[in-house]
Amino acid sequence: MSGKHELFQYPAPDDPPDAVRVLDENGNVVADELLPNLTDEEFRKLYADMRLTRRTDRRGVSLQRQGRSGTLASCYGQEAHVATAHALAETDWLIPCYREFGTMLARGIDPKYLFLHWMGKEPGDHIPAEYNTVAPPTPIATQIPHATGMAMAAQLLGWEDTAFLCHFGDGATSEGDFHEGLNFAGAFDTPSVFVCNNNQYAISVPFSRQTGSATVAQKAIAYGFDGVYVDGMDPLAVYTVTEEAVRRAKSPREGESRQTLIELLLYRLGGHSTSDDPTKYRSAAEVEQWEQKDPIRRLEVFLRETGRLDDEAIESIENANEALVDDAVVAAEALHQEPESMFEHVFHELTPELRRQADELAALREQYGDEAFDVGWRF
Amino acid sequence: MAGETDRLTLVEAVNSALHNEMARDEHVVVMGEDVGVNEGVFRATAGLYDEFGEQRVIDTPLAESGIVGTAIGMSFLGIRPVAEIQFMGFLYPALDQLFSHAARFRSRTRGRFVPEIVIRAPYGGGIHSPESHSESTEALLTHYPGVKVVVPSTPADAKGLLIASIREPDPVVFLEPKKIYRSFREAVPTEPYEIPLGEASVRRDGTDVSVFTWGAMTRPTLEAARQLEGEVDVEVVDLRTLSPLDRVTLITSAEKTGRVVVVHEAHRTGGLAGEIATTIQEHSFLYLEAPVKRVTGWDVPYPFPELEKYYMVNVARIIDGIKEVVAFP
Ligand SMILES: Cc1ncc(C[n+]2csc(CCOP(=O)(O)OP(=O)(O)O)c2C)c(N)n1
Repeated sequence: MSGKHELFQYPAPDDPPDAVRVLDENGNVVADELLPNLTDEEFRKLYADMRLTRRTDRRGVSLQRQGRSGTLASCYGQEAHVATAHALAETDWLIPCYREFGTMLARGIDPKYLFLHWMGKEPGDHIPAEYNTVAPPTPIATQIPHATGMAMAAQLLGWEDTAFLCHFGDGATSEGDFHEGLNFAGAFDTPSVFVCNNNQYAISVPFSRQTGSATVAQKAIAYGFDGVYVDGMDPLAVYTVTEEAVRRAKSPREGESRQTLIELLLYRLGGHSTSDDPTKYRSAAEVEQWEQKDPIRRLEVFLRETGRLDDEAIESIENANEALVDDAVVAAEALHQEPESMFEHVFHELTPELRRQADELAALREQYGDEAFDVGWRF
Repeated sequence: MAGETDRLTLVEAVNSALHNEMARDEHVVVMGEDVGVNEGVFRATAGLYDEFGEQRVIDTPLAESGIVGTAIGMSFLGIRPVAEIQFMGFLYPALDQLFSHAARFRSRTRGRFVPEIVIRAPYGGGIHSPESHSESTEALLTHYPGVKVVVPSTPADAKGLLIASIREPDPVVFLEPKKIYRSFREAVPTEPYEIPLGEASVRRDGTDVSVFTWGAMTRPTLEAARQLEGEVDVEVVDLRTLSPLDRVTLITSAEKTGRVVVVHEAHRTGGLAGEIATTIQEHSFLYLEAPVKRVTGWDVPYPFPELEKYYMVNVARIIDGIKEVVAFP
């Protein structure tokens, strides 16, 4: 224990511990005992979903550059987070964050929803019920108490075999909602898995400015449960740790906590969003160093070397992904909403006042034409 | 306001005010998410970190309640924090600190502890931003006693009002209409100067109808007035300070023209137009020739970008509102 807290013995380290890791940066297995017990097909599916995530992401950014889509937060480099969704049963719930959309794709949600969302079309958030996935919010950390509340509800409802997995960034851990959400989880002993994607920056602010603690994982101790520090560029480590956390959420053994706070140490290779210039706050050398840890390449090497993947398989994965993404873009661009739809779903039915306002808008459109709304004000 | 001027955008004028005040008074500090190394997501704090260093230009953790709460605490020892909340839609986690503490400390300690803080936040829509980035919920703030609320509509006003806000011995929320952050330039004095809080500005004299507005809506309102030239003589009043309201200017203008339209991009129900209309009705009922008309955003959560143009008040809607009031009875 270093000098900082000599008088107080607590198990949290002042320096980050070694992160849990299964594959090294060259794709070699470094912890046999932690290798996930997956079929070859399941391994390939994880790889395919990570590639789908990257393709969706890259397409989203290029659509934004072409003016066909709005701002989006890229997860380029962070694709290993996809493995958390693979560790869930279909009946488990996913409460993702805007940047961890790879989990949604892994659950089978059509990339169309993501493109719609980024294009500024509300139906992007109308995720079909069968996916047990909550549409990600924009205000930071607000989904964390929701995830805990869902887990509390499951207890009330007597659901014994459902885990609730919630994603957030390192910046989110500074908000009161993080504390309140995890505190409730510990106090109510909910079946919760919390995943912090520590990409080391909240927009420009580095992790060292979010907290004085060495890791996010160690914060779990204060809530009465376990935290685990994981190499977040290693999809197999992410899978193994999440699978174990999900198992504990459902049936902890003697001495195990039901809740787990997982910290994935990872890196976003791009900007915070398409309106961000990351060169203002981090060096090219730093980015380069992390490019060497590319999670997709790492998994690919492992799968090739263990005979689970070859050129042919990769090509067919890529072809399928390309078709899926192309179709999704076409579908998203084709979908348009009627202006009046903004009045619907404010309440379960249109109030008289909203009906009046909707009529007012319709009359204005009738009188002035939609062009008046396009060029309505010159600045 | 003689002397040197620069041609600045509104966001540059905000930046100029911060430079001036930090140079003048070493107790002024700037704090918030990404305000330092990154110079603010809208570059409002450009150059400050290089000039004044990390102790006075403080990149904070991502925690709005923490930002406003620590700003209040700092102010108790004589520091004057100018805290940035990255978007108005993210002010809500800090409302407890703002309402329960910033707004009440003076009153409950009879002036012993006074939160002399400024909270800056870009607000309003029209720039196709993601959900929660377009809010215009200033009526929430004006409802609460003890917090002043300021909204500039021009670069020169932005600078003078922000400097006045920083020197103001009360907590101030300073809302910056981001739609017009960069859309035009005007001459802004290089030296520091103040525009007093609580004073509306008559942007255009007229005799037929008074239109009251603020922030980004000022420009389409002036455009509507211009398009109606020769037909209706429109007076346009930019409120600039929403709390406390300049009731004298409102009443004077309303009694002069006898017809009133209020334009705001905020939702209609419970919006500030209701307060303004009632003030005029209570005070000047017998001067009125027509009911007061509201031209506002709809009572729906701010829509996603695809539909925002149908939410935003535009010139056509303002013209429509003015004509309706002028045609009455
Ligand atoms: C309550 C709130 N405050 C500020 C913002 C603006 N904002 C959007 S993303 C972001 C940084 C988030 O960082 P982190 O939680 O680490 O997640 P990351 O984006 O790195 O994945 C900020 C400050 C917001 N969306 N919500």
